[in-house]
Amino acid sequence: MIIEGRARVLGDDINSDYIISSRRKRETIDESRLREFLLESVDPAFAASVRPGDILVAGRNFGCGSAMETAVTVILAAGMSAVLARTFARSFYRNAINNGLVVVECDTSGIAEGSGLAVRIDAGAARVQDMARGVEVIGAPLPAVMQRILARGGLVGFLRAGERLG
Amino acid sequence: MTAQTISEKIISAHCGHAVRAGEVAVCDVDVVVGTDGSGPLAIDYFAQMGGARLHDPGRVFFSLDHYAPPTTAGTRAFHDRIREFAARHGATVFGVGEGISHQILVERGIVRPGQLVIGADSHTVMCGALNAFAIGVGSSDLAAAMLTGRIWLRVPETIRVRLAGARRAGVAAKDVALALVGELGGEGANYQAIEFTGDLAAFTLADRLVLSSLLVEAGAKAALFPHDAVTAAYRKGRASSGAATEAAVEADPRAQYARELALDLASLTPRVARPPAPDDVVPLADVAGVPVQMVFIGTCTGGRVQDFHEALHAFDRAGGLLAPGVQLVLTPASQEVRARLIADGTLSRLVAAGAVETTAGCGACCGTSGVIPGDGMTVLSTANRNFRARMGNATASIYLASPAVCGVAAATGRIPGGLAP
Repeated sequence: MIIEGRARVLGDDINSDYIISSRRKRETIDESRLREFLLESVDPAFAASVRPGDILVAGRNFGCGSAMETAVTVILAAGMSAVLARTFARSFYRNAINNGLVVVECDTSGIAEGSGLAVRIDAGAARVQDMARGVEVIGAPLPAVMQRILARGGLVGFLRAGERLG
Repeated sequence: MTAQTISEKIISAHCGHAVRAGEVAVCDVDVVVGTDGSGPLAIDYFAQMGGARLHDPGRVFFSLDHYAPPTTAGTRAFHDRIREFAARHGATVFGVGEGISHQILVERGIVRPGQLVIGADSHTVMCGALNAFAIGVGSSDLAAAMLTGRIWLRVPETIRVRLAGARRAGVAAKDVALALVGELGGEGANYQAIEFTGDLAAFTLADRLVLSSLLVEAGAKAALFPHDAVTAAYRKGRASSGAATEAAVEADPRAQYARELALDLASLTPRVARPPAPDDVVPLADVAGVPVQMVFIGTCTGGRVQDFHEALHAFDRAGGLLAPGVQLVLTPASQEVRARLIADGTLSRLVAAGAVETTAGCGACCGTSGVIPGDGMTVLSTANRNFRARMGNATASIYLASPAVCGVAAATGRIPGGLAP
């Protein structure tokens, strides 16, 4: 699997409330409507600037705080299919895989806003090519069970295909 | 057999073979709990997964706690969907005003020591105070457990937190918890479990619930206390406690820990988390004098009987009158908490002083119900998160502190520099 796109760089400790405010979920949990509020607490102009295929690039502890699944579905609804971060909070990481959002834990420190990235996933190993710098960053491997879930596009596809958790 | 931590033991008992940290295990789940925040999406996933029936309706619970009461047609519709689903499938719903999901599970004796609990609410980790392995998950994992009765888990490494010595007067469990989150940092326990040890006898069950709930702000997957006399006393008489002796799970003496963190309780002073990060923890004196316009006493971290008692005691000692320009908002964590606070007069005294009481549940914690702070307001709160916009207004600033510190601020209009002994 290869995902190519433009880096959208965020900082450390982007919690799930910043990704999508709990307050917005009062109106709807439909991610196609929530997407206009994506990351509004970080930058109110962010959602409007997202182009399909953009890749979120964050620092440490991405997705900390609430375990709300809409923090993942709203990113997918905005047309993004991958998030790179130095580290992820565990609940976000699980939710991402369960929804088929590619998450790569890697050294994101040198990636600049707007850089072209190519993320290659092969048997659970991820490599990120940073076109701007001409360097490759190696991601942490995905546990086998998560590879199986991601290969089915998420937990729904996994269970519908008759696969068993173990 | 290899020596095990409490988490390794509970997971082993639920996957059918002995496991150690780092392995992946597929576990039977004893209690599955969703909220009105996470439940509707879980119902969607359940349908998409082809779910026709719950694996075990007796293990599935929903609490209508985030939108309590619903103030929009949309949130009311979330409640109706959950009620309809639960009625059709035989799950249990805790209605508006019954309280916060994990608080109800603990106080009604539904969660028992040794159990494996998953909740689509990150603070489900709170149930670890009862010697259970309890984790927060999203709606998809919740749906899969509703359907299959199981969840896959990576067995976490454990950080052993040793609480040593005796707290000084005025130092609350919240101060201990804040100090630990500050020490660990916001991801210091990510993917890991916390196991408390040391001088725990003076920590009431209410204290332990504060610690287990707040440690998720350090990223902890679970935060477990051992089973001791405090646990047994609390469990006695709780609804479904069952047999006189229950499965106490203790760590083996030679269990392997990722690391040990010791906290000297005797030298600990009150702590505050500064906005907008729960791990930006400083001594109270560092923020002394900061004016506050709203004080919030509530949530699964700071909304139980003991918290209100400590707040009222401090409020009275600071004069017992609400400071001009300060809004004091009270949200009991559950109906049981509220009933006890009514019976002992705590609520009537605070309300007579000018406090506003809102429906038991999550309240103003994440801006979904209760009172939203005004533009530019500074809030002092017994809650667990102080992210920007957390309470529904991005221009408000939220400080987190103990109930006693909040009680003083309600009377003085400022964060105090210390507490009278």
